[in-house]
Amino acid sequence: MNRNALVFAAVAAALCAVPFAAPGYKTSLATEMLIFAALAMSIDVLAGYAGRTSLGHGAIFGIAAYVVLYYVTVAGGDPWVAAALGLLAATAAAIVFALLAIRTSGVYFLLITLALGMIVWGICLRWTSVTGGENGLRGSVRPAPVAGPAAFYYFVLAATASMAFAMWRFVHSPFGLTLRGIRGSESRMRTLGYDVSLHLFIGFVVSGFFAGAAGVLYAFFNSFASPATVALAQSVAALLMVLVGGVGTLVGSFVGSVAIISLENFVSFHTERWPLVLGLVFIVTMIFAPEGLVGRARLILARQTPQVRKP
Amino acid sequence: MHRRSFLKATATSLFAMSSWAPHRASAAEAGPIRIGLLSPLTGVIAAGGRELVDGFNLYWEQIGHKAGGRAIEVVVEDDASNPNTALQKARRLVEQREVDMLVGDILANTGLAVAEYVKGNGVPYFIPVIAADDLTQRKRIPNVIRIAGYSASQSTRPLADYALKKGVRKVITVSQDYTFGHEQCGGFCQVFTEGGGSVLQQFWHPLNTPDFSPYLPQIQSLQPDAVFAMETGADGSRFIQQWANFGLKDKIQLFTSMNATDQSIIRTLGPEAEGVISAGHFCEGRDDGANKKFVADYEKAFGKLPSIYAFSHYSGAMWLAEAFKAIGGKVEDRPRFLEAVRNIKLSASPLGREVSLDKYGNPIYDIYIRKVARRPDGKLWNVPVEEYRGVSQFWKYDPEQYMKQPSYSREFQGIKKA
Repeated sequence: MNRNALVFAAVAAALCAVPFAAPGYKTSLATEMLIFAALAMSIDVLAGYAGRTSLGHGAIFGIAAYVVLYYVTVAGGDPWVAAALGLLAATAAAIVFALLAIRTSGVYFLLITLALGMIVWGICLRWTSVTGGENGLRGSVRPAPVAGPAAFYYFVLAATASMAFAMWRFVHSPFGLTLRGIRGSESRMRTLGYDVSLHLFIGFVVSGFFAGAAGVLYAFFNSFASPATVALAQSVAALLMVLVGGVGTLVGSFVGSVAIISLENFVSFHTERWPLVLGLVFIVTMIFAPEGLVGRARLILARQTPQVRKP
Repeated sequence: MHRRSFLKATATSLFAMSSWAPHRASAAEAGPIRIGLLSPLTGVIAAGGRELVDGFNLYWEQIGHKAGGRAIEVVVEDDASNPNTALQKARRLVEQREVDMLVGDILANTGLAVAEYVKGNGVPYFIPVIAADDLTQRKRIPNVIRIAGYSASQSTRPLADYALKKGVRKVITVSQDYTFGHEQCGGFCQVFTEGGGSVLQQFWHPLNTPDFSPYLPQIQSLQPDAVFAMETGADGSRFIQQWANFGLKDKIQLFTSMNATDQSIIRTLGPEAEGVISAGHFCEGRDDGANKKFVADYEKAFGKLPSIYAFSHYSGAMWLAEAFKAIGGKVEDRPRFLEAVRNIKLSASPLGREVSLDKYGNPIYDIYIRKVARRPDGKLWNVPVEEYRGVSQFWKYDPEQYMKQPSYSREFQGIKKA
């Protein structure tokens, strides 16, 4: 426990030091990593704990971003109100998605969330008068108090940290345990008297809410949303972060986000064939560390440290 | 602190400051001018992205990577045909690689995303391909300049005028359903209807339409004198092929946007493309010194005729080189640099006669009505059939008056009711 606290303190200190140690572009990169970590974690809540892998979270994330941009740049509203509306819209979308998707599991769940995501993408692309179509929505939407890069980084850090804590509490609560029960055996949970559909529904909506929160941060960060923001590629990228970091670990999403975004930036620096390198990295990860980087590290640590049985 | 040591410290620090400042300035000027080039090297328009980089680099190679007394360093980044990636890469080029300016992008959405970013920090951004009208009209940004580029509706207006002159009175437009298409069609329809023509029908289809058979029979039954098709990328080659397959080729005159008969499309096509008429500021088959030389040089270096992307960035590089010369390479002085770029009168370039920018940052130049024809060696290329001199983005309208009308969209096409 002591060692964990030490590691935690070290990570927290390192995260707080980023704007000083690496100002400029690297801080904005770190901000992006945090935002995508939050999105990846929201997917992990479903994928890792309820056993439902969603390909629609990129769309929920994008809806929040669109709403924030629309409310501020087109309607001329206040960014904080926009953030609240963005969260509301994302949650509403998550409710609709959940109602349609929770009846299914496995590959069917994957496909139905994919289809729902594609619908959102199609709407963003074609509803030109509202979404700006292919060109998207642009404009400075960041609230004035956190406009500077360092201030914004701390804002995102605080938001992501509280979201991470909330999600961690959520999955480790008794309710979270029922989700894990559902992952293990749906029929057994049902015979034990749990309303499986309701639990999945709540799990999905909570996860969607956090994806929306990440979307709001992304709108503030990027000042721009286009159909690419809600596209399938966005969902897939976040899911890959979960897979690389480790499904069902939450902290793995952070590791995955840091690993993929830095790799993307580092590799594209050296070759224009960077998607190829990225693909190889995914394949290698899946072969040699199918439980993800964090999962693998845990396994290795567990093997090395002798288990001390608590009295 | 002792008086003596205080004096010593002050003197030392003053000396350090005085020697530091000029040293730093001279070091900055002696270093290379760094140009950040954004190009879609992966994604839907990757082929065009490659040619963009080739065209841009070709010019710098020809002049030995040197202009205005400084070396030129081009840092290429892939925007992946995705606006979010473009934004991220632009940020990186400016904040990490410390480039002095940004150039490039092909897709309008990527360019608009980057334009929004440089609006905040004043980094010069040059857009030889990004054609969105409002970037140099209603929503112009002082540090975004369209060197060697064109605004979407600029080239289709002379085409409409040409059509009227040839006796065309009824047209149908077919276009990809996005801003670039809306603007190109808008320019065409406005001039065409103001000149007495009528638009029978407008078809809007999504990008990447594999099959045009829902539209072609309808076109046939409406019996227009001509069709204006605004297609970029693979849609262009598919449309021209299916147009011929449906047997419409010799019955109805086909006008297209310059992208649809660009080299990037027609080098893969056969006889079906011959005779298609378009309008543009680039015409690879034009018999003019600098243009001919560019086409020959490019063909020699890369084994194919240049596309609009290569052409625009080659000319754009030329434009920048002239500006560097004019200010002695001092690009760090941004206002002066931007002023110099705006004041350049570029002659002896592949753009043809002397070219300059209007006061909104968009070039004024000759537009050629071009026809796809066969070169003696069998390759297809565009040859000029008529020339419109000194066409601006405002055609014959008064700029301020013109900008009071809404931007072209699906809803507003500038069509004058008869």
